[in-house]
Amino acid sequence: MIGTELALMLRRRRVWLCWALLCLLPTVVAVLLATTRLAPPPGSGGAFLSAVLSDGQLFPAAALALVLPVFLPITVAIVSGDAVAGEASAGMLRYLLVRPVGRLRLLVAKLVSVAAFTLLAVVFVTVTSYVVGVLAFGVGPGAEIGGAGTITSLSGATLTPLQLVGRTAGTVGYLALCMLTLGAVGIFFSTLTDSPLAAALGVLAVVVTSAALQPLDAAEAVRTFLPTQHWLAWIDLFRDPPLLDAVRTGVEVQLGWIVVAFGAAWANFTTKDVTS
Amino acid sequence: MSGRPVISTAGLTKRFGRVVAVDHVDLDVPAGVRFGLLGPNGSGKTTLVRMLLGLVHATSGGATVLGEPMPRRASTVLPQVGALVEGPAAWGHLSGRANLRLLDAAGPGGRRRTRRARVADALERVGLGGIDRRPVRAYSLGMRQRLGIAAALLRAPRLLLLDEPTNGLDPRGIHEIRDLLVALNEAGTTVVLSSHLLAEVEVLCTRVGVMDAGRLVLADDLDALRAPTGRIRVRTPDPGAALALLDGRVEAHDGGMLTVRGDDPAELNAMLVGAGVPVDALDRERRTLEEVVLEVTGSGSDRFDGRGPGTGRHA
Repeated sequence: MIGTELALMLRRRRVWLCWALLCLLPTVVAVLLATTRLAPPPGSGGAFLSAVLSDGQLFPAAALALVLPVFLPITVAIVSGDAVAGEASAGMLRYLLVRPVGRLRLLVAKLVSVAAFTLLAVVFVTVTSYVVGVLAFGVGPGAEIGGAGTITSLSGATLTPLQLVGRTAGTVGYLALCMLTLGAVGIFFSTLTDSPLAAALGVLAVVVTSAALQPLDAAEAVRTFLPTQHWLAWIDLFRDPPLLDAVRTGVEVQLGWIVVAFGAAWANFTTKDVTS
Repeated sequence: MSGRPVISTAGLTKRFGRVVAVDHVDLDVPAGVRFGLLGPNGSGKTTLVRMLLGLVHATSGGATVLGEPMPRRASTVLPQVGALVEGPAAWGHLSGRANLRLLDAAGPGGRRRTRRARVADALERVGLGGIDRRPVRAYSLGMRQRLGIAAALLRAPRLLLLDEPTNGLDPRGIHEIRDLLVALNEAGTTVVLSSHLLAEVEVLCTRVGVMDAGRLVLADDLDALRAPTGRIRVRTPDPGAALALLDGRVEAHDGGMLTVRGDDPAELNAMLVGAGVPVDALDRERRTLEEVVLEVTGSGSDRFDGRGPGTGRHA
Protein backbone atom coordinates (compact mmCIF):
# COMPACT_ATOMS: atom_id res chain seq x y z
CA MET A 1 0.00 0.00 0.00
CA ILE A 2 2.89 2.35 0.75
CA GLY A 3 4.25 1.89 -2.77
CA THR A 4 0.81 2.47 -4.26
CA GLU A 5 0.36 5.55 -2.14
CA LEU A 6 3.69 7.06 -3.18
CA ALA A 7 3.02 6.29 -6.83
CA LEU A 8 -0.38 7.97 -6.52
CA MET A 9 1.11 11.05 -4.92
CA LEU A 10 3.89 11.44 -7.47
CA ARG A 11 1.37 11.25 -10.30
CA ARG A 12 -0.89 13.99 -8.97
CA ARG A 13 -0.58 17.30 -10.72
CA ARG A 14 -1.65 19.13 -7.56
CA VAL A 15 1.41 17.85 -5.68
CA TRP A 16 3.83 19.05 -8.34
CA LEU A 17 2.04 22.38 -8.48
CA CYS A 18 2.51 22.80 -4.72
CA TRP A 19 6.21 22.08 -5.05
CA ALA A 20 6.58 24.45 -7.99
CA LEU A 21 4.85 27.28 -6.14
CA LEU A 22 6.97 26.69 -3.06
CA CYS A 23 10.11 27.07 -5.16
CA LEU A 24 8.72 30.05 -7.01
CA LEU A 25 8.33 32.39 -4.04
CA PRO A 26 12.02 32.39 -3.01
CA THR A 27 13.00 32.74 -6.64
CA VAL A 28 10.86 35.86 -7.00
CA VAL A 29 12.39 37.29 -3.83
CA ALA A 30 15.90 36.51 -5.09
CA VAL A 31 15.27 38.20 -8.41
CA LEU A 32 13.88 41.31 -6.72
CA LEU A 33 16.79 41.47 -4.28
CA ALA A 34 19.39 40.88 -6.95
CA THR A 35 18.04 43.56 -9.25
CA THR A 36 17.46 46.23 -6.59
CA ARG A 37 20.21 45.25 -4.12
CA LEU A 38 17.81 46.52 -1.44
CA ALA A 39 18.08 43.99 1.34
CA PRO A 40 16.14 44.59 4.54
CA PRO A 41 18.43 45.94 7.25
CA PRO A 42 19.78 43.32 9.67
CA GLY A 43 17.29 42.56 12.41
CA SER A 44 14.22 43.22 10.32
CA GLY A 45 12.63 41.32 7.45
CA GLY A 46 12.96 37.59 7.05
CA ALA A 47 15.76 35.71 8.74
CA PHE A 48 19.02 35.70 6.76
CA LEU A 49 17.62 38.02 4.10
CA SER A 50 20.03 40.80 5.03
CA ALA A 51 23.00 38.41 4.76
CA VAL A 52 22.26 36.83 1.40
CA LEU A 53 23.40 39.82 -0.63
CA SER A 54 26.95 39.16 0.44
CA ASP A 55 26.75 35.38 0.06
CA GLY A 56 24.24 33.53 -2.09
CA GLN A 57 25.01 30.26 -0.34
CA LEU A 58 22.98 31.46 2.64
CA PHE A 59 19.93 31.89 0.45
CA PRO A 60 18.50 28.38 1.14
CA ALA A 61 18.18 29.34 4.80
CA ALA A 62 16.51 32.62 3.84
CA ALA A 63 14.20 30.80 1.42
CA LEU A 64 13.13 28.30 4.08
CA ALA A 65 12.38 31.18 6.44
CA LEU A 66 10.27 32.75 3.69
CA VAL A 67 8.06 29.75 2.93
CA LEU A 68 7.82 28.49 6.50
CA PRO A 69 5.12 30.68 8.04
CA VAL A 70 2.38 30.42 5.41
CA PHE A 71 3.23 28.69 2.16
CA LEU A 72 4.58 25.46 3.51
CA PRO A 73 1.72 24.96 6.02
CA ILE A 74 -0.84 25.61 3.28
CA THR A 75 0.60 22.98 0.96
CA VAL A 76 0.93 20.46 3.78
CA ALA A 77 -2.66 21.19 4.83
CA ILE A 78 -3.91 20.61 1.30
CA VAL A 79 -2.04 17.36 0.81
CA SER A 80 -2.72 15.88 4.24
CA GLY A 81 -6.34 17.02 4.33
CA ASP A 82 -6.78 15.11 1.10
CA ALA A 83 -5.31 11.92 2.60
CA VAL A 84 -8.41 10.03 3.68
CA ALA A 85 -11.15 12.54 2.83
CA GLY A 86 -9.90 12.73 -0.76
CA GLU A 87 -10.20 8.97 -1.19
CA ALA A 88 -13.63 9.10 0.46
CA SER A 89 -14.92 11.85 -1.80
CA ALA A 90 -13.52 10.08 -4.88
CA GLY A 91 -15.21 6.86 -3.74
CA MET A 92 -11.90 5.00 -3.63
CA LEU A 93 -11.84 4.61 0.15
CA ARG A 94 -14.38 1.78 0.06
CA TYR A 95 -12.52 0.03 -2.75
CA LEU A 96 -9.20 0.29 -0.92
CA LEU A 97 -10.74 -1.09 2.26
CA VAL A 98 -12.38 -4.05 0.51
CA ARG A 99 -9.23 -4.71 -1.52
CA PRO A 100 -8.49 -5.28 1.49
CA VAL A 101 -6.08 -2.71 2.84
CA GLY A 102 -6.09 -2.75 6.64
CA ARG A 103 -7.24 0.53 8.13
CA LEU A 104 -4.06 1.05 10.15
CA ARG A 105 -1.96 0.18 7.12
CA LEU A 106 -3.87 2.72 5.06
CA LEU A 107 -3.22 5.43 7.65
CA VAL A 108 0.46 4.53 7.90
CA ALA A 109 0.76 4.69 4.11
CA LYS A 110 -0.90 8.09 4.14
CA LEU A 111 1.47 9.32 6.87
CA VAL A 112 4.48 8.04 4.93
CA SER A 113 3.32 9.76 1.76
CA VAL A 114 2.69 13.03 3.62
CA ALA A 115 6.16 12.71 5.16
CA ALA A 116 7.64 12.15 1.70
CA PHE A 117 5.76 15.18 0.43
CA THR A 118 7.01 17.48 3.19
CA LEU A 119 10.58 16.22 2.98
CA LEU A 120 10.67 16.62 -0.78
CA ALA A 121 9.07 20.05 -0.49
CA VAL A 122 11.77 21.26 1.88
CA VAL A 123 14.52 19.62 -0.18
CA PHE A 124 13.26 21.16 -3.41
CA VAL A 125 13.07 24.60 -1.85
CA THR A 126 16.60 24.20 -0.49
CA VAL A 127 18.10 23.00 -3.74
CA THR A 128 16.42 25.51 -6.03
CA SER A 129 17.15 28.38 -3.67
CA TYR A 130 20.81 27.33 -3.45
CA VAL A 131 21.09 27.40 -7.21
CA VAL A 132 19.12 30.64 -7.49
CA GLY A 133 21.06 32.20 -4.61
CA VAL A 134 24.46 31.43 -6.07
CA LEU A 135 23.34 32.61 -9.52
CA ALA A 136 21.81 35.82 -8.20
CA PHE A 137 24.24 36.83 -5.48
CA GLY A 138 27.39 34.89 -6.17
CA VAL A 139 29.38 33.39 -3.32
CA GLY A 140 30.87 35.32 -0.43
CA PRO A 141 34.33 36.88 -0.26
CA GLY A 142 37.11 34.32 -0.26
CA ALA A 143 34.81 31.61 -1.60
CA GLU A 144 34.77 30.05 -5.00
CA ILE A 145 31.87 28.70 -6.98
CA GLY A 146 31.37 25.07 -6.18
CA GLY A 147 31.35 25.65 -2.45
CA ALA A 148 35.05 25.80 -1.74
CA GLY A 149 35.51 28.62 0.74
CA THR A 150 33.79 29.90 3.79
CA ILE A 151 30.39 31.25 4.71
CA THR A 152 29.72 33.65 7.53
CA SER A 153 27.47 32.23 10.24
CA LEU A 154 24.97 34.28 12.22
CA SER A 155 27.50 34.56 15.03
CA GLY A 156 30.07 36.10 12.78
CA ALA A 157 32.42 33.13 12.65
CA THR A 158 32.87 31.30 9.40
CA LEU A 159 31.44 27.94 8.37
CA THR A 160 33.22 25.48 6.15
CA PRO A 161 31.22 24.09 3.20
CA LEU A 162 30.96 20.76 4.99
CA GLN A 163 29.51 22.46 8.08
CA LEU A 164 27.07 24.36 5.89
CA VAL A 165 25.90 21.17 4.20
CA GLY A 166 25.49 19.45 7.55
CA ARG A 167 23.54 22.30 9.08
CA THR A 168 21.35 22.72 6.02
CA ALA A 169 20.58 19.00 6.11
CA GLY A 170 19.70 19.34 9.79
CA THR A 171 17.41 22.24 8.95
CA VAL A 172 15.73 20.31 6.17
CA GLY A 173 15.07 17.38 8.48
CA TYR A 174 13.84 19.59 11.29
CA LEU A 175 11.44 21.56 9.11
CA ALA A 176 10.16 18.40 7.44
CA LEU A 177 9.40 17.08 10.93
CA CYS A 178 7.62 20.32 11.91
CA MET A 179 5.50 20.06 8.77
CA LEU A 180 4.83 16.38 9.37
CA THR A 181 3.16 17.45 12.62
CA LEU A 182 0.68 19.41 10.56
CA GLY A 183 0.44 16.44 8.22
CA ALA A 184 -0.52 14.12 11.08
CA VAL A 185 -3.12 16.63 12.30
CA GLY A 186 -4.38 16.85 8.71
CA ILE A 187 -4.72 13.08 8.47
CA PHE A 188 -6.69 13.08 11.72
CA PHE A 189 -9.06 15.78 10.43
CA SER A 190 -9.22 13.89 7.16
CA THR A 191 -10.70 10.88 8.96
CA LEU A 192 -13.37 13.07 10.55
CA THR A 193 -14.90 14.36 7.34
CA ASP A 194 -15.43 13.35 3.73
CA SER A 195 -14.48 16.83 2.54
CA PRO A 196 -10.75 17.36 1.81
CA LEU A 197 -11.27 21.12 1.92
CA ALA A 198 -12.75 21.05 5.42
CA ALA A 199 -9.82 18.96 6.67
CA ALA A 200 -7.27 21.33 5.08
CA LEU A 201 -8.98 24.37 6.57
CA GLY A 202 -8.96 22.61 9.93
CA VAL A 203 -5.18 22.31 9.74
CA LEU A 204 -4.83 25.98 8.89
CA ALA A 205 -7.12 26.81 11.81
CA VAL A 206 -4.70 24.94 14.08
CA VAL A 207 -1.75 26.88 12.66
CA VAL A 208 -3.50 30.23 13.05
CA THR A 209 -4.66 29.42 16.58
CA SER A 210 -1.20 28.35 17.59
CA ALA A 211 0.39 31.45 16.05
CA ALA A 212 -2.18 33.68 17.74
CA LEU A 213 -1.58 32.17 21.17
CA GLN A 214 2.20 32.26 20.81
CA PRO A 215 2.80 35.92 21.76
CA LEU A 216 0.18 35.97 24.53
CA ASP A 217 1.56 36.16 28.03
CA ALA A 218 -1.62 34.51 29.21
CA ALA A 219 -0.72 31.45 27.12
CA GLU A 220 2.65 31.12 28.86
CA ALA A 221 1.74 27.77 30.41
CA VAL A 222 0.96 26.07 27.12
CA ARG A 223 3.44 27.91 24.92
CA THR A 224 5.97 25.10 24.81
CA PHE A 225 3.33 22.77 23.44
CA LEU A 226 2.22 25.02 20.59
CA PRO A 227 3.29 23.44 17.29
CA THR A 228 4.36 26.74 15.74
CA GLN A 229 6.41 27.78 18.79
CA HIS A 230 9.49 25.85 17.70
CA TRP A 231 9.34 26.43 13.96
CA LEU A 232 12.17 28.96 14.01
CA ALA A 233 14.44 27.00 16.34
CA TRP A 234 16.45 25.76 13.33
CA ILE A 235 17.98 29.24 13.02
CA ASP A 236 20.12 28.28 16.01
CA LEU A 237 21.73 25.63 13.82
CA PHE A 238 23.42 28.45 11.91
CA ARG A 239 25.10 29.85 14.99
CA ASP A 240 28.61 28.90 15.89
CA PRO A 241 28.70 26.62 17.74
CA PRO A 242 25.12 25.49 16.94
CA LEU A 243 22.65 25.75 19.80
CA LEU A 244 20.80 22.46 20.04
CA ASP A 245 18.57 23.00 23.09
CA ALA A 246 15.70 24.69 21.28
CA VAL A 247 15.91 22.25 18.39
CA ARG A 248 15.85 19.31 20.77
CA THR A 249 12.76 20.63 22.57
CA GLY A 250 11.20 21.32 19.20
CA VAL A 251 11.80 17.76 18.01
CA GLU A 252 10.26 16.37 21.19
CA VAL A 253 7.16 18.54 20.94
CA GLN A 254 6.68 17.77 17.23
CA LEU A 255 7.05 14.04 17.83
CA GLY A 256 4.52 14.31 20.64
CA TRP A 257 2.04 16.00 18.33
CA ILE A 258 2.57 13.40 15.62
CA VAL A 259 1.98 10.53 18.05
CA VAL A 260 -1.16 12.12 19.52
CA ALA A 261 -2.63 13.20 16.17
CA PHE A 262 -1.89 9.90 14.46
CA GLY A 263 -3.24 7.99 17.45
CA ALA A 264 -6.43 10.03 17.29
CA ALA A 265 -6.70 9.38 13.56
CA TRP A 266 -6.31 5.66 14.14
CA ALA A 267 -8.77 5.59 17.04
CA ASN A 268 -11.37 7.38 14.96
CA PHE A 269 -10.82 5.56 11.69
CA THR A 270 -10.53 2.01 12.93
CA THR A 271 -14.16 1.83 14.08
CA LYS A 272 -15.62 4.27 11.60
CA ASP A 273 -18.50 3.26 9.35
CA VAL A 274 -17.39 3.97 5.80
CA THR A 275 -20.52 5.16 4.04
CA SER A 276 -18.85 7.32 1.41
CA MET B 1 -26.78 -25.12 -6.39
CA SER B 2 -25.64 -26.74 -3.18
CA GLY B 3 -22.91 -26.52 -0.62
CA ARG B 4 -22.33 -24.41 2.44
CA PRO B 5 -23.70 -20.89 2.32
CA VAL B 6 -21.18 -18.34 1.09
CA ILE B 7 -23.03 -15.64 2.98
CA SER B 8 -24.86 -16.20 6.22
CA THR B 9 -26.15 -13.53 8.54
CA ALA B 10 -27.93 -13.88 11.85
CA GLY B 11 -29.93 -11.06 13.35
CA LEU B 12 -27.78 -8.56 11.49
CA THR B 13 -28.83 -5.05 12.53
CA LYS B 14 -27.50 -1.58 11.83
CA ARG B 15 -28.74 1.64 13.33
CA PHE B 16 -27.58 5.06 12.22
CA GLY B 17 -28.75 7.20 15.11
CA ARG B 18 -32.52 6.73 15.26
CA VAL B 19 -32.80 5.20 11.83
CA VAL B 20 -32.72 1.41 11.62
CA ALA B 21 -31.11 0.82 8.24
CA VAL B 22 -30.92 -2.97 8.52
CA ASP B 23 -33.25 -4.75 10.91
CA HIS B 24 -32.55 -8.32 12.12
CA VAL B 25 -31.66 -9.76 8.75
CA ASP B 26 -31.17 -13.54 8.57
CA LEU B 27 -29.88 -14.15 5.09
CA ASP B 28 -28.35 -17.29 3.59
CA VAL B 29 -26.85 -17.31 0.15
CA PRO B 30 -25.96 -20.85 -0.96
CA ALA B 31 -22.76 -21.40 -2.92
CA GLY B 32 -23.04 -21.32 -6.66
CA VAL B 33 -26.24 -19.31 -7.04
CA ARG B 34 -26.89 -16.03 -8.76
CA PHE B 35 -28.59 -14.13 -5.99
CA GLY B 36 -30.56 -10.97 -6.59
CA LEU B 37 -31.06 -8.61 -3.69
CA LEU B 38 -34.11 -6.50 -4.40
CA GLY B 39 -35.89 -3.72 -2.65
CA PRO B 40 -36.91 -0.11 -2.96
CA ASN B 41 -34.45 2.73 -2.53
CA GLY B 42 -33.47 3.12 1.10
CA SER B 43 -34.56 -0.41 2.01
CA GLY B 44 -31.11 -1.24 3.38
CA LYS B 45 -29.56 -3.20 0.48
CA THR B 46 -26.42 -1.12 0.29
CA THR B 47 -25.92 -1.00 4.06
CA LEU B 48 -26.29 -4.79 4.15
CA VAL B 49 -23.67 -5.16 1.41
CA ARG B 50 -21.37 -2.72 3.22
CA MET B 51 -21.67 -4.75 6.41
CA LEU B 52 -20.82 -7.96 4.56
CA LEU B 53 -17.68 -6.23 3.28
CA GLY B 54 -16.69 -4.85 6.69
CA LEU B 55 -17.12 -1.22 5.66
CA VAL B 56 -19.95 -0.65 8.10
CA HIS B 57 -19.94 -2.24 11.54
CA ALA B 58 -23.07 -4.03 12.68
CA THR B 59 -24.92 -2.67 15.70
CA SER B 60 -25.84 -6.23 16.63
CA GLY B 61 -25.95 -9.65 15.05
CA GLY B 62 -23.24 -11.21 12.94
CA ALA B 63 -22.31 -12.26 9.46
CA THR B 64 -20.08 -14.90 7.95
CA VAL B 65 -18.76 -14.67 4.42
CA LEU B 66 -17.11 -17.67 2.76
CA GLY B 67 -17.39 -19.44 6.09
CA GLU B 68 -15.43 -16.85 8.08
CA PRO B 69 -16.81 -14.22 10.43
CA MET B 70 -16.80 -10.67 9.09
CA PRO B 71 -15.38 -8.16 9.69
CA ARG B 72 -13.02 -10.04 12.04
CA ARG B 73 -11.45 -12.17 9.29
CA ALA B 74 -11.60 -9.50 6.60
CA SER B 75 -7.96 -10.01 5.68
CA THR B 76 -8.57 -13.63 4.68
CA VAL B 77 -12.10 -13.25 3.30
CA LEU B 78 -11.87 -10.11 1.19
CA PRO B 79 -9.06 -11.20 -1.14
CA GLN B 80 -11.51 -13.84 -2.40
CA VAL B 81 -14.34 -11.36 -2.91
CA GLY B 82 -14.82 -8.99 -5.81
CA ALA B 83 -17.08 -6.06 -5.10
CA LEU B 84 -18.81 -3.17 -6.75
CA VAL B 85 -20.29 -0.98 -4.03
CA GLU B 86 -22.65 1.86 -4.86
CA GLY B 87 -21.21 2.67 -8.22
CA PRO B 88 -17.70 2.38 -9.60
CA ALA B 89 -14.87 4.65 -8.49
CA ALA B 90 -11.37 5.28 -9.75
CA TRP B 91 -8.49 7.68 -9.38
CA GLY B 92 -9.52 10.16 -12.05
CA HIS B 93 -6.04 11.35 -12.93
CA LEU B 94 -4.83 7.88 -13.94
CA SER B 95 -5.71 5.61 -16.85
CA GLY B 96 -7.98 2.63 -16.30
CA ARG B 97 -5.06 0.24 -16.63
CA ALA B 98 -2.96 2.18 -14.09
CA ASN B 99 -5.94 2.22 -11.73
CA LEU B 100 -6.28 -1.55 -11.80
CA ARG B 101 -2.53 -2.08 -11.38
CA LEU B 102 -2.27 0.25 -8.40
CA LEU B 103 -5.38 -1.15 -6.75
CA ASP B 104 -4.03 -4.66 -7.22
CA ALA B 105 -0.67 -3.64 -5.76
CA ALA B 106 -2.33 -2.02 -2.74
CA GLY B 107 -3.45 -5.21 -1.03
CA PRO B 108 -2.75 -8.90 -0.57
CA GLY B 109 -3.64 -11.77 -2.87
CA GLY B 110 -2.56 -10.24 -6.16
CA ARG B 111 0.79 -11.60 -7.32
CA ARG B 112 3.03 -9.02 -8.89
CA ARG B 113 4.30 -11.40 -11.53
CA THR B 114 0.85 -12.07 -12.95
CA ARG B 115 -0.46 -8.53 -12.49
CA ARG B 116 -0.01 -7.28 -16.02
CA ALA B 117 -1.71 -10.34 -17.49
CA ARG B 118 -4.55 -10.32 -14.96
CA VAL B 119 -5.26 -6.64 -15.58
CA ALA B 120 -5.26 -7.19 -19.34
CA ASP B 121 -7.53 -10.20 -18.97
CA ALA B 122 -10.02 -8.40 -16.70
CA LEU B 123 -10.20 -5.44 -19.09
CA GLU B 124 -10.69 -7.83 -21.99
CA ARG B 125 -13.56 -9.60 -20.22
CA VAL B 126 -15.53 -6.41 -19.64
CA GLY B 127 -14.93 -5.13 -23.15
CA LEU B 128 -12.25 -2.57 -22.36
CA GLY B 129 -9.35 -4.49 -23.92
CA GLY B 130 -8.54 -1.62 -26.25
CA ILE B 131 -8.50 1.29 -23.81
CA ASP B 132 -5.72 3.80 -24.25
CA ARG B 133 -3.89 6.03 -21.79
CA ARG B 134 -6.75 8.46 -21.34
CA PRO B 135 -7.36 9.30 -17.68
CA VAL B 136 -10.50 7.82 -16.12
CA ARG B 137 -11.72 11.38 -15.64
CA ALA B 138 -12.49 11.37 -19.38
CA TYR B 139 -14.39 8.04 -19.34
CA SER B 140 -18.10 7.78 -19.99
CA LEU B 141 -20.39 6.39 -17.30
CA GLY B 142 -20.58 3.07 -19.10
CA MET B 143 -16.79 2.79 -19.32
CA ARG B 144 -16.44 3.54 -15.61
CA GLN B 145 -19.01 0.87 -14.87
CA ARG B 146 -17.08 -1.66 -16.95
CA LEU B 147 -13.84 -0.64 -15.25
CA GLY B 148 -15.47 -1.14 -11.85
CA ILE B 149 -16.54 -4.65 -12.82
CA ALA B 150 -13.03 -5.36 -14.16
CA ALA B 151 -11.60 -4.32 -10.79
CA ALA B 152 -13.93 -6.79 -9.07
CA LEU B 153 -12.76 -9.60 -11.37
CA LEU B 154 -9.00 -9.04 -10.97
CA ARG B 155 -8.20 -11.89 -8.64
CA ALA B 156 -10.71 -14.50 -9.86
CA PRO B 157 -12.93 -14.12 -6.78
CA ARG B 158 -15.07 -16.91 -5.34
CA LEU B 159 -17.79 -14.41 -4.54
CA LEU B 160 -18.87 -11.37 -6.51
CA LEU B 161 -20.89 -8.72 -4.66
CA LEU B 162 -22.17 -6.27 -7.20
CA ASP B 163 -24.34 -3.27 -6.51
CA GLU B 164 -26.30 -2.21 -9.61
CA PRO B 165 -23.78 -3.79 -12.01
CA THR B 166 -25.50 -2.65 -15.20
CA ASN B 167 -26.07 0.94 -14.17
CA GLY B 168 -25.17 3.34 -16.95
CA LEU B 169 -24.75 0.66 -19.60
CA ASP B 170 -26.61 0.64 -22.90
CA PRO B 171 -28.76 -2.40 -23.86
CA ARG B 172 -25.87 -4.11 -25.61
CA GLY B 173 -23.61 -3.47 -22.63
CA ILE B 174 -26.22 -4.85 -20.25
CA HIS B 175 -26.45 -7.97 -22.39
CA GLU B 176 -22.65 -8.40 -22.42
CA ILE B 177 -22.34 -8.01 -18.67
CA ARG B 178 -25.21 -10.42 -18.12
CA ASP B 179 -23.48 -13.02 -20.29
CA LEU B 180 -20.23 -12.40 -18.43
CA LEU B 181 -21.85 -12.89 -15.04
CA VAL B 182 -23.58 -16.09 -16.17
CA ALA B 183 -20.29 -17.43 -17.53
CA LEU B 184 -18.46 -16.61 -14.30
CA ASN B 185 -21.24 -18.20 -12.29
CA GLU B 186 -21.13 -21.37 -14.36
CA ALA B 187 -17.39 -21.49 -13.72
CA GLY B 188 -18.14 -21.60 -10.00
CA THR B 189 -18.34 -18.02 -8.79
CA THR B 190 -21.26 -17.12 -6.57
CA VAL B 191 -22.78 -13.89 -7.82
CA VAL B 192 -24.77 -11.59 -5.54
CA LEU B 193 -26.17 -8.49 -7.12
CA SER B 194 -28.40 -5.84 -5.70
CA SER B 195 -30.70 -3.98 -7.96
CA HIS B 196 -34.03 -2.35 -8.23
CA LEU B 197 -34.33 -3.30 -11.87
CA LEU B 198 -36.68 -6.26 -11.53
CA ALA B 199 -36.51 -7.32 -15.15
CA GLU B 200 -32.73 -7.44 -14.86
CA VAL B 201 -32.86 -9.72 -11.84
CA GLU B 202 -35.61 -11.83 -13.34
CA VAL B 203 -33.54 -12.85 -16.36
CA LEU B 204 -30.22 -13.19 -14.50
CA CYS B 205 -30.81 -14.57 -11.03
CA THR B 206 -31.70 -18.00 -9.76
CA ARG B 207 -32.61 -16.87 -6.26
CA VAL B 208 -33.86 -13.58 -4.89
CA GLY B 209 -34.10 -11.83 -1.58
CA VAL B 210 -36.36 -8.84 -1.10
CA MET B 211 -35.70 -6.12 1.45
CA ASP B 212 -38.18 -3.59 2.68
CA ALA B 213 -37.60 -0.95 5.33
CA GLY B 214 -34.48 -2.71 6.56
CA ARG B 215 -36.02 -6.17 6.89
CA LEU B 216 -35.51 -9.15 4.64
CA VAL B 217 -39.13 -9.88 3.79
CA LEU B 218 -38.58 -12.70 1.31
CA ALA B 219 -35.81 -15.05 0.20
CA ASP B 220 -36.61 -17.84 -2.18
CA ASP B 221 -35.69 -19.48 -5.47
CA LEU B 222 -36.97 -17.56 -8.44
CA ASP B 223 -38.61 -20.70 -9.82
CA ALA B 224 -40.60 -21.17 -6.62
CA LEU B 225 -41.75 -17.57 -6.62
CA ARG B 226 -42.80 -17.83 -10.19
CA ALA B 227 -44.56 -21.18 -9.79
CA PRO B 228 -47.93 -21.45 -11.54
CA THR B 229 -50.70 -19.77 -9.58
CA GLY B 230 -53.33 -22.43 -10.34
CA ARG B 231 -54.94 -20.25 -12.95
CA ILE B 232 -54.87 -20.34 -16.73
CA ARG B 233 -55.01 -17.32 -19.00
CA VAL B 234 -57.00 -17.78 -22.18
CA ARG B 235 -57.24 -15.42 -25.11
CA THR B 236 -60.18 -15.97 -27.37
CA PRO B 237 -61.95 -13.95 -30.08
CA ASP B 238 -65.29 -15.19 -28.70
CA PRO B 239 -65.28 -14.46 -24.96
CA GLY B 240 -69.04 -14.73 -24.72
CA ALA B 241 -69.07 -18.41 -25.71
CA ALA B 242 -66.10 -19.16 -23.46
CA LEU B 243 -67.79 -17.49 -20.50
CA ALA B 244 -70.95 -19.46 -21.10
CA LEU B 245 -69.04 -22.72 -21.25
CA LEU B 246 -66.72 -22.10 -18.28
CA ASP B 247 -69.13 -20.24 -16.05
CA GLY B 248 -68.00 -20.55 -12.44
CA ARG B 249 -64.38 -21.26 -13.32
CA VAL B 250 -63.72 -17.83 -14.82
CA GLU B 251 -62.24 -15.53 -12.19
CA ALA B 252 -61.86 -12.46 -14.32
CA HIS B 253 -62.30 -11.37 -17.86
CA ASP B 254 -61.15 -8.34 -19.76
CA GLY B 255 -62.18 -8.22 -23.38
CA GLY B 256 -60.85 -11.36 -25.02
CA MET B 257 -58.63 -12.32 -22.08
CA LEU B 258 -60.04 -14.68 -19.46
CA THR B 259 -58.47 -15.90 -16.25
CA VAL B 260 -59.69 -19.41 -15.51
CA ARG B 261 -59.12 -21.62 -12.46
CA GLY B 262 -57.32 -24.85 -13.34
CA ASP B 263 -53.94 -26.54 -13.49
CA ASP B 264 -54.02 -28.19 -16.90
CA PRO B 265 -53.98 -25.97 -19.98
CA ALA B 266 -54.20 -28.98 -22.31
CA GLU B 267 -57.43 -30.17 -20.70
CA LEU B 268 -58.91 -26.67 -20.86
CA ASN B 269 -57.86 -26.29 -24.48
CA ALA B 270 -59.48 -29.58 -25.45
CA MET B 271 -62.64 -28.58 -23.66
CA LEU B 272 -62.87 -25.19 -25.37
CA VAL B 273 -62.04 -26.50 -28.82
CA GLY B 274 -64.41 -29.41 -28.34
CA ALA B 275 -67.21 -26.94 -27.66
CA GLY B 276 -66.30 -24.96 -30.77
CA VAL B 277 -64.82 -21.98 -28.93
CA PRO B 278 -61.80 -20.65 -30.85
CA VAL B 279 -58.60 -20.19 -28.79
CA ASP B 280 -55.88 -17.69 -29.74
CA ALA B 281 -53.51 -18.30 -26.86
CA LEU B 282 -53.53 -20.14 -23.60
CA ASP B 283 -50.94 -20.41 -20.83
CA ARG B 284 -50.48 -21.07 -17.12
CA GLU B 285 -50.58 -17.85 -15.17
CA ARG B 286 -47.31 -17.07 -13.37
CA ARG B 287 -46.69 -14.13 -11.17
CA THR B 288 -44.09 -11.73 -12.44
CA LEU B 289 -41.28 -10.81 -10.11
CA GLU B 290 -42.73 -7.34 -10.06
CA GLU B 291 -46.00 -8.62 -8.64
CA VAL B 292 -44.14 -10.63 -6.02
CA VAL B 293 -42.03 -7.68 -4.97
CA LEU B 294 -44.88 -5.19 -4.90
CA GLU B 295 -46.87 -7.63 -2.79
CA VAL B 296 -44.21 -7.97 -0.08
CA THR B 297 -42.81 -4.45 0.03
CA GLY B 298 -44.54 -1.42 1.43
CA SER B 299 -44.81 1.86 -0.34
CA GLY B 300 -41.72 2.80 1.62
CA SER B 301 -38.75 4.04 -0.31
CA ASP B 302 -37.90 7.58 -1.15
CA ARG B 303 -41.44 8.79 -0.56
CA PHE B 304 -42.25 11.10 2.29
CA ASP B 305 -45.90 10.58 2.91
CA GLY B 306 -45.88 10.73 6.67
CA ARG B 307 -46.98 7.17 7.29
CA GLY B 308 -44.50 6.69 10.07
CA PRO B 309 -40.94 5.53 10.25
CA GLY B 310 -39.87 2.78 7.94
CA THR B 311 -42.24 3.76 5.17
CA GLY B 312 -41.30 7.38 4.76
CA ARG B 313 -37.57 7.32 5.23
CA HIS B 314 -35.16 9.18 3.09
CA ALA B 315 -33.40 6.96 0.58
